[in-house]
Order: sequence, then C-alpha cells, then structure tokens
Amino acid sequence: MSAENGPTFEGLEVGQVVAAREVTFTRDTLVRYAGASGDFNPIHYNDAFAESVGLPGVIAHGMLTMGTAASVVEEWAGPGNVVDLQTRFARPIPVPAMGEATVAFTAKVGVLDTEARFARIDILVEFEGQKILAKAQAVVACA
Amino acid sequence: MPVNTEAVGRAYGPHEPYEVTRVKIREFADAVDAYSFAHRSEEAARAEGFSDAVAPTTFAVVIAQQAEFHVVVDPEVGVDFSRVVHADERFTHHRPIIAGDLISATVHIDDIKQRGGISTVTTRTELTDEDGAPVSTVISTLAVREEA
Repeated sequence: MSAENGPTFEGLEVGQVVAAREVTFTRDTLVRYAGASGDFNPIHYNDAFAESVGLPGVIAHGMLTMGTAASVVEEWAGPGNVVDLQTRFARPIPVPAMGEATVAFTAKVGVLDTEARFARIDILVEFEGQKILAKAQAVVACA
Repeated sequence: MPVNTEAVGRAYGPHEPYEVTRVKIREFADAVDAYSFAHRSEEAARAEGFSDAVAPTTFAVVIAQQAEFHVVVDPEVGVDFSRVVHADERFTHHRPIIAGDLISATVHIDDIKQRGGISTVTTRTELTDEDGAPVSTVISTLAVREEA
C-alpha cells in the first residue's frame, strides 16, 4: 500500500503523542451516526427501549467511538493510511437526552516497525476518567 | 434460546454489491468527524494520490454490518438482537475504499463461544471489488446476554 501522503517514519518515537482531541457526543451526534452508518439499533436513540434491555439509558454506538478514534489518528496519518484498526469495547458511553458527553482521545506511538515502515498507534479513549476502548490500536503506513 | 455453536463455519453472500458513492463517504466522514477534504472532493482526493473521494477508516462497517445482519437474523444461529452488545471490531484494509467502488461482501461465522450466560459470535466479512480483489477484512464479535 502506498503511503506517499503518510507521515514521515524517521523521527517518530515510541510514547510520542501524535494526535489528541476532545469530542462532544450529543443525541444529535448519535442520530447522525445512525443515519450515516445504517445502524438503527434503538439502544442508541430510545431511552425506554435501552432501559428495557438493562442499560442505564441511551448509549453511543461503539462504532461511533471507534470511528472518531480513527479520525483522530487519520488527521495525523493522512486519509487511507490507517491499514489496520482494532479495539475491544470496554465500557459504554451514556449520552443524556438533553446534555452531552465529552470524550477525550489521545493517540500515541506504541510500536515502530522499521522494516515495514509501519507505526502502531495506541489510542486512549476516556470518558469521566474511565477507559472506554481497550487495546485500541491503529497500524499506520508511513512515508 | 442459546446461540447454536454448530453454526460455526457458515457463510452468507455475496449478495447484491454495495455501490460506494461520494455522498455517502461525505456523510460518514461528517458523522465521525473525519476532517480531510479527501473525503469530500474528488480534487482534494486526487491531490493525495487517490482516483476519487476516499472513505474514512471505518467506512467499511457500513457494508460489513449489512452483511453481518444475515447472521443475526438466521433463526438457526439464534441471536436475540435485543440482547446484543458489540464486544470487539477489527478492520484490515488491503486497499482504501474509493467512491465508485462496487463492493461485494461475504460473511463467515468464525467462532461461537458460550460462557456463563454470555455467548459471543465472531464473524469475518471479506470485502472484494468488481475484479474480485480483496479490499478489506472486517472481524466483529457480538456478545449476546442470555435471558436469566
């Protein structure tokens, strides 16, 4: 895969923060993601339904959180250069009907593969001091 | 009803190919706060070396989740969708997804586990282009809480 528009491999250091962003999720954000992705599970917009299946209320799509994490990495990596992305969904993000949920994303260099010129970027996603994603890792093809 | 572990190895599709459009790429980019103009304009995408608007990293989920739905609704697999939570997800991109692509998806049930009231179903969706060349591999695990 070509990475001509990718970040320069030389000079990267393990532990270096390459990107960080705070993102605010509201019900609007969730509805917009539902429409864009086609994921219309009512736990992401209907409190009564969410409570009936044992949730505290409406929660954000895990894939909204993962997709936003990818966007944070991509802003540094350049579009098309995240060649692998994985995560476990450790905790849900409850999103209130009228308020908002502010989620902090921090992307750091985890591993550098000199031969392939790949950087593994580890993404920390926190909400109210708790880790939302576990083992969130993006492999970036560098120039 | 518990999930049927004997469904491991089943495959579904490919069904009708998914046509990737500029409008959908832009809509998805807006929804996940992907800022690059390469998601929004052919010209900006060309400047970065792509033939047309390029999809954000997790766009493949739009196509993969449609394919995974065939697993969820198969009565012989036995997933109660109202009790599902997403456990994990992985994308491996063999090449970026570009506006104009016609993508076919085949979903495979790779693993089903039952452990103390929770079943997990792991699917692998292989996305291929019009020429049959690999585009992305999407691995997804759903956790299904059994009724007490």
